[in-house]
Amino acid sequence: MFDLDLWREIFQSINMNRTRSLLSGFTVAFAILLFTILFGIANGLQNTFAEAFVDDANNSITVQSGRTTKANKGLQVGRQIQFKNEDFDYIKEEFEGKVEYITARIYKNFQASFRGEQNVYDIRAVHPDHQFLEKTIMKEGRYINQNDLNSKTKCIVIGRLVEEDLFLKTTALGKYLNLGGIQFKVVGIFTDDGGDNEERKIYMPVTTAQHLYGNNDYIDQINLTYNPEMDYDQALAFSTLLTKKMKNRFSVARSDQRAIRVRNMAEGTKAVSQMTVGLTFIILIIGLGTLIAGIVGVSNIMIFIVKERTKEIGIRKALGASPKSIVSIILIESIFITAIAGYVGLLLGIGVLEIVKPYLVEYFIKDPGVSNSLVVGATLTLIIAGAIAGYLPAKKASEIKPIVALRND
Amino acid sequence: MLKIHQLNKSYPIGDSSLHVLKGINLNVEEGEMVAIMGSSGSGKSTLLNIIGMLDEADSGEYILDGLPIKNLTEKKAAVYRNKFLGFIFQSFNLINYKNAAENVALPLYYQGIKRKERQEQAMFHLGKVGLADWAKHLPKELSGGQKQRVAIARALAANPKLLLADEPTGALDTKTSHDIMAFIQQLNDEGKTILMVTHEEDIANMCKRIVRLKDGVIMEDVKVTQDRAENYV
Repeated sequence: MFDLDLWREIFQSINMNRTRSLLSGFTVAFAILLFTILFGIANGLQNTFAEAFVDDANNSITVQSGRTTKANKGLQVGRQIQFKNEDFDYIKEEFEGKVEYITARIYKNFQASFRGEQNVYDIRAVHPDHQFLEKTIMKEGRYINQNDLNSKTKCIVIGRLVEEDLFLKTTALGKYLNLGGIQFKVVGIFTDDGGDNEERKIYMPVTTAQHLYGNNDYIDQINLTYNPEMDYDQALAFSTLLTKKMKNRFSVARSDQRAIRVRNMAEGTKAVSQMTVGLTFIILIIGLGTLIAGIVGVSNIMIFIVKERTKEIGIRKALGASPKSIVSIILIESIFITAIAGYVGLLLGIGVLEIVKPYLVEYFIKDPGVSNSLVVGATLTLIIAGAIAGYLPAKKASEIKPIVALRND
Repeated sequence: MLKIHQLNKSYPIGDSSLHVLKGINLNVEEGEMVAIMGSSGSGKSTLLNIIGMLDEADSGEYILDGLPIKNLTEKKAAVYRNKFLGFIFQSFNLINYKNAAENVALPLYYQGIKRKERQEQAMFHLGKVGLADWAKHLPKELSGGQKQRVAIARALAANPKLLLADEPTGALDTKTSHDIMAFIQQLNDEGKTILMVTHEEDIANMCKRIVRLKDGVIMEDVKVTQDRAENYV
């Protein structure tokens, strides 16, 4: 029940004892401010970390070829291994169920021009699955699809910065871009969290590239992701088996490290996820520490407040205040101050984070911030701690004989 | 009005205990004005505190206006104090962050009276003690005599049956003391029962009856001719 008179009493007490109210409010606000800032910065660090390692799918495996360094089965050293479409199909069929996405890659490099503007870009000829492997985000239009592959269409998907560079302020979608003398239709524009470099790429269907540049079925590299349901050990076993089978297929010596190179991101991923766990742990300790410091502060102040108000409590009791009304007036006041101060601390903290955000990027802190629920939870914890810390002395004060409280001057 | 029979009270001091009140018998009728005298340690304040339900007796009977006061819960004691008793203290005991009118209205707040009515009644009682113009002033802006008058107004606000005063003039100079006493006498003239603790003879002589305590026992209980305070003003 809302008791206006009780609130009047409380507001008067807060208003007329400003030093006391400000002091206790300051402690809480400061604790929440520190909590928000520390947690925000730690989160920022984690964001940077996550972004640096998670741009590409972290269950990905790349298969690359090179020259042999060892003679094997009568074949000489220095033989160039060249992947073809059949190798791509082989992996796809051989490891069906274990492979999630798979794409071939052909690297090209062309001068691209549109009207007066021109520049040189990396070009990747790929399969549709490539979108998921690179975590490419479509901004406009569509990605390469199976249809493009089948009919070897001259269409391309360009990065956001390619559009910015060449098409200036106009839109690129549906326009024709000249790549090394051949006109390609832009069917999509993408963005990528991997940074500017990733957004200066151009994708085209793998079959188109094979047809136009040499009319062969060569592939430079095969990228795939393994089934995410596999655990770390299964993933390693899978890539080991893949390496072995590919080496057999090309008659490469087992110990040859150059001819067939299979790189499994899982090896790195494990270290990364362990570091992330470590970071989370540190964040938790920081948050908990700040919170405990805040709780101790609030508790101290509550004990002090009750002590300071002992005489007032005695007077009120002599005038007919029940113990319950004594406890509630002290508790509600402290909860009210804590809640307001906690909110102020939160706003300040978020404000500080917003202001320093641009300056922190170079220190590997990206998007520092805290979730609202976390801060609300922290403030609630402080309020509850303050209430408990205040309740015990308030209860005790409400039980002392008024004569003892009144004598205390 | 007030009946006390074989009241005992002792305080523990370390392992032993100090027997402060040793079988007090006291009857006070309505409209009386009684001074309880004694040197310090005689038990006079303890007796007043027990009468004021601020403290509890170890044994004995205490009947206030026909109600036996015994084994009260804190809540009930609070209600009784609010309804039956008005306190006047030596050190005034005003709440320092409330102005005069708010201090006077406080007992009414605990009676659950509406704010507007509280304010009206507080102003009425402040007017009675001659401080209507000082209603918005904080205690620190008032002189000692004025503070005590605010305290008296507060004690009267709840319209108590019994007014208890613990050295009401203890912190005041002679002239102000006489002012306050004149006012208390006037209240008694109007029919209020008043019980006060004092160690000053001249103040005690302004009451109608003097009870002398020594070492926890009533040595003397006499009716006296009231010395009117206004003669000194």
